[in-house]
Amino acid sequence: MIANLPFIAVALLIGISLAIILLKKNMIKMVMGLSILEGAVNLFLVALGYRENGIAPIFTSAPEGAEMVLPTVQALTLTNIVIGVATTALMLALVMVIYKKYGTVNSNKIRRLKE
Amino acid sequence: MKETGSIFHPRFMIVLVVLATLILLVPAVGLNFGDPITSSTDQYYIDHSQVETGANNVVASIVFDYRGFDTLGEATVLFIAVLGVAMVFRRLYK
Amino acid sequence: MTLGLIGRNAGRLLVPLIFIFGFYIVVHGHITPGGGFQGGAVIATGVALLLVSYYYRDCLERFIPITNFKLVESAGLMLYICTALAGIVVGSGLLFNWLNASGGLFGHPVAYGVNPGDLFTAGTIPILNFAIGIEVFGALSVVTLIMFAGLQEKTQQEEDAEAAESAAPLVSKRKKGKGGRK
Repeated sequence: MIANLPFIAVALLIGISLAIILLKKNMIKMVMGLSILEGAVNLFLVALGYRENGIAPIFTSAPEGAEMVLPTVQALTLTNIVIGVATTALMLALVMVIYKKYGTVNSNKIRRLKE
Repeated sequence: MKETGSIFHPRFMIVLVVLATLILLVPAVGLNFGDPITSSTDQYYIDHSQVETGANNVVASIVFDYRGFDTLGEATVLFIAVLGVAMVFRRLYK
Repeated sequence: MTLGLIGRNAGRLLVPLIFIFGFYIVVHGHITPGGGFQGGAVIATGVALLLVSYYYRDCLERFIPITNFKLVESAGLMLYICTALAGIVVGSGLLFNWLNASGGLFGHPVAYGVNPGDLFTAGTIPILNFAIGIEVFGALSVVTLIMFAGLQEKTQQEEDAEAAESAAPLVSKRKKGKGGRK
């Protein structure tokens, strides 16, 4: 069980981020929770493709005969990081708009429609 | 009871989160770290990417050659997200 | 909203090195760790350093307006799409790697297995890397610049005038007539 520490860390991180997203009122903290969720998914993908004593999948002056870790999950992680940055920027911009319009980032106070 | 951002009761939400974490812990214990089982596609990429694309970096050959269409969509998503940020801020600070 | 003499000079010295390092990461994306996304992010870090070490409205807005970065971003995406469509025209399908092992640009034959690496291999992959590098650099720079422009920071003259205003009761009347410090 202790050998599966990365996967257990992924499960705990997803639990923490879900708790933050569902229980917090501050919208900045909700965005932080989504970022933690994204990091947990990245960690899961990279841990899924790890091989024992594997090297990075690059042939340039690599040691002879060594096994390589799986490359597809690393490509997916690369995609995920860039999309995560873009969506985080968009969410923070929308939070700034909400703060400008309502004067608060509390999701309870902006739930009822004003005017 | 403390108010939360959700319409549900907070105690219900806490139970839900704990249940979700426990459900996620079941496959986390079942998977074996360091020895992936389904690796035939990745093994094909490792074995053949240098012959088929000429790149030493297997990840680059996957991102830009085998799954280049995926990267095109990703670049479009990035472009549209930046467009949205620019639009939102132009309305804020004119 | 600036870093003072030491910060500004350190930024001026470091920014070209950051740009060169990011460019190195972009063009060596197919033989070493790295690629378009990482190199573009590194170059955008240089732009962020320029932003915090200089006044935005004084220096940067006049020379590199935000519209230029939007143009750069669009150019990256267009280069990617054009390279993808060239695969249809020349080869057999979208994103076909028609430059690989053709003997021309980026077409050197590659040795199979572990090798020291040759920059002019891998066909269209370096071109696509370059396009993605340009696009990510433009996108992250636009986000940083727009969020920074939302701060409504003061220019150097306004800040000096404010400092002179607050220091006015302390200085003598004759000095105040000349106006502020400097």
